[in-house]
Amino acid sequence: MDDILSILISKYNYWGYIILMMVGLYALIIKKNLVKKIIGMSIMQTAIIFFYVSIGVKKNATIPIITHGHNGAADIVRASDYINPLPHVLMLTAIVVAVATLGVALALAIKVYRHYGTLEEDEIHDFLKKQAE
Amino acid sequence: MSNHFPALIIVVPLLSAFLIAATGWIRRILCFPIAVFAMAVSLYCAVALLLKVVSNGQVIYHLGGWSPPWGIAYQIDYLNGIVLVVVAAVAFINLFATRSSVALEFPEKLGPFYALYVLFVTGLLGIVVTGDAFNLYVLLEIAALTGYALLGMGEGRAPLASLNYVFMGTIGASFYLLGIGYLYLATGSLNMADIAALLPEIYHSKVVLLAFIICMTGLFIKMAMFPLHLWLPDAYAYSPSASISLIAPLTTKVMVYVMIRIALTVFTPRFSFASLKVSTSFVWLAAIAIVMASILALSQRSVKKMLAYIIIAEVGYMVGGLWLGNRNGITGAILHIINDAAMTLCVFLAAGNLLFKLKQDSFDHLKGVFRKMPFSMAALVIGALSIIGVPPTCGFFSKWYLILGGVDAGQYGFVAALIFSSLVNVVLFFRIFEIGFFEPAQEHHSSGSTPVEEVPLEMLVPLMVVAALLVILGFYTGDIVNNLIRFALPAGIA
Amino acid sequence: MNKTIGFITVVLCGAMLLLGTADFPHWGDPQSPASRHVSPYYIEKSIPETSVPNIVTAVLADYRGYDTMFETTVIFTAGIACFFLLRIRRKEPIIRYYRHVPTGITLRIEKGAKLPEDSKVFDRIDTLYAPHDLINKTTARLIIPFILIFALYVIAHGHHSPGGGFQGGVILGAAIILFAISYDLRSANRKMSERAAALLSTTGVFIYAGTGALCLLLASNFLDYSALALILGVDPVTARSHGILIVEIGVGLTVMAVMVWIYYNLSSRGQHDEGL
Repeated sequence: MDDILSILISKYNYWGYIILMMVGLYALIIKKNLVKKIIGMSIMQTAIIFFYVSIGVKKNATIPIITHGHNGAADIVRASDYINPLPHVLMLTAIVVAVATLGVALALAIKVYRHYGTLEEDEIHDFLKKQAE
Repeated sequence: MSNHFPALIIVVPLLSAFLIAATGWIRRILCFPIAVFAMAVSLYCAVALLLKVVSNGQVIYHLGGWSPPWGIAYQIDYLNGIVLVVVAAVAFINLFATRSSVALEFPEKLGPFYALYVLFVTGLLGIVVTGDAFNLYVLLEIAALTGYALLGMGEGRAPLASLNYVFMGTIGASFYLLGIGYLYLATGSLNMADIAALLPEIYHSKVVLLAFIICMTGLFIKMAMFPLHLWLPDAYAYSPSASISLIAPLTTKVMVYVMIRIALTVFTPRFSFASLKVSTSFVWLAAIAIVMASILALSQRSVKKMLAYIIIAEVGYMVGGLWLGNRNGITGAILHIINDAAMTLCVFLAAGNLLFKLKQDSFDHLKGVFRKMPFSMAALVIGALSIIGVPPTCGFFSKWYLILGGVDAGQYGFVAALIFSSLVNVVLFFRIFEIGFFEPAQEHHSSGSTPVEEVPLEMLVPLMVVAALLVILGFYTGDIVNNLIRFALPAGIA
Repeated sequence: MNKTIGFITVVLCGAMLLLGTADFPHWGDPQSPASRHVSPYYIEKSIPETSVPNIVTAVLADYRGYDTMFETTVIFTAGIACFFLLRIRRKEPIIRYYRHVPTGITLRIEKGAKLPEDSKVFDRIDTLYAPHDLINKTTARLIIPFILIFALYVIAHGHHSPGGGFQGGVILGAAIILFAISYDLRSANRKMSERAAALLSTTGVFIYAGTGALCLLLASNFLDYSALALILGVDPVTARSHGILIVEIGVGLTVMAVMVWIYYNLSSRGQHDEGL
């Protein structure tokens, strides 16, 4: 109990992404409307992006752009002054991948709509059952 | 140039895919030759890389000139090399076999189809050859996106089935990404060899344990391991035949390779098998997967859906083989990657030929098909014998190693599941043979015998080559195991 | 029933992840493994080795440039996939509707006759009524050039400020999509046809992979920009900076073209008629 309480107080920053990811996962599994499932998928991927970016945070550090630029040959760059750039780089890739998946999912949803005239899964299942008879 | 084969095996197909996409708008005839060139170069590089690994040991290539862990590195050892050759060979043979069905199904979209085809193979080759965990995720998504598009182009229920595949595939890939994030949080590195060096000090940490569980769950979803297999039967059954013979033999096997890579190289056998009690649970899960998939296959009335459930059972073989944790089991799993890719290619090409001629693949339409299409059905017979596990086809030998491994580890439930699955496969396939051979054909001709209406030669010859390959692989099993697979297993396995 | 199973699964999964946070390093800890192991090298060596002050761009396009090439391929794949799935070419309809712009009267022309495509007085519409947005059109027409210039600035200044190929490419694509929304899809198609978008996307990603292949042909590793020093005639460090700029331009081209292409296919459901 004491253990859980100490986790609660010290690591609450990380909880945000867990709750967000579970909300997205719930929407993806439970919802019957195809567009709502796609939105849930997008929320889940965004939560993972939040998690990665939160890995790179450093206290009292600024964004990873060296402002004195080229004329600072004598200026020493200290790693503790700048936040970790690597998670940002990885998440640029992850955002692009999420957008691409969203595009393909929407294209498939349009195809489903063209064929069945509806985007609700139960209506499509009823239609298929009637067709099988 | 031969130092750069690790880069060329990816770069040439990648550039060719872009070229195909451009020529699709300008001159459509050139798309197929460019694709053949790309796949041929990949196959050549894959074989050359495997030979180089055999003679020199591990091949390491630094992309961008930066050494790991600051840059991305390619690391090719025996396990990599074998799977590379398998992927490149399947893609190359399949290109010729599906040319007619592609021209039939997508006459105006040849450019995008072949571009997606080559990009899919590039994604899979990249997954196999990379040594960086995040690079694997990006290539996983390339392979997945092209797979969604290729499978979604069928008629009827294909878009809905493919959309379900999108949802489950995204959950799987996101879990894998989250697992890699946990590993990065704990070690600060993304390179697989580097992580493996940094992990032993933190084996006790909850973060590493969670990373393992989340990564494995994500990979189980992507490889359609029971009970997370729900996307596979629909997605494979309603897809166009032009894409399914490429996607079915390769996707799940490459995911099994990723699982082996993560379990053996990143989390070394010390963690995966000894400190963790999950190996027994995974073997039991695999046994249940095999039994359930075989039973579900029995109730199917169409050839492609039945084959899809057989794929799920085969995934159970490989997962169980890895988590047995002993030399015979893992050898069986790796050997089964090779054999299953060949067997699945053979049976799906045969099913594709059936669909090409008969336009329907439910069992009622298969009456008398043995006389109408003797060569395709002969290939199907050889494929079926291999799936059942009859010597001298290759399927027998991988099953033999898996059974030996199961007996060594004392997992008799797994052995029983393997034998049960062989018996069920006998029933499944002999049903088709009985309908096709003994029942008379639909039409009765005046001469009393049905004419032979086979598919065109360019669809038949690759199928015959693959069927012959099943038997050849069986004969050469001893060489493959002793010269290649034996060195793919890490040290420290009993 | 389905909802309870899903809810229980989600709660269990969330609880497992929450318990796992016990062993996480503290928030913002400068001594965490992620901040100690690989990233200090990037921060300290970015200017001496690549002369690019924006460390994120340096890592994205140089140290991990291979990942970025595949990321661009992912975007390109999405464009081709949407085209492959959705595009259908309808036959031209027999009845066409036109709107006379000064008076707002809708004309209905039968038997396949047509008016000239780019006539200033007649707009082609697909349904019986389409609203005429004078304010939208005029505002968009005034803003779009500035958006395009800003996007080019974002691409070019990616070395020194937050920005780069992806960001600039998306803004470029957004400008063209704004044009397509405020006017209609047919006028946007006249300015940038689908064929142009497809070929531009191929060109962009070809520039990226081609630069890497060029480095390969110059006897260095793939995507090792210091090999470009032989062609460009500068020292290897500046060659890296120029290499990063070239690939960012390629990325920007591809992202712009694919955004526009996906919009064309999704908004008109593959038929490329009226759009939104």
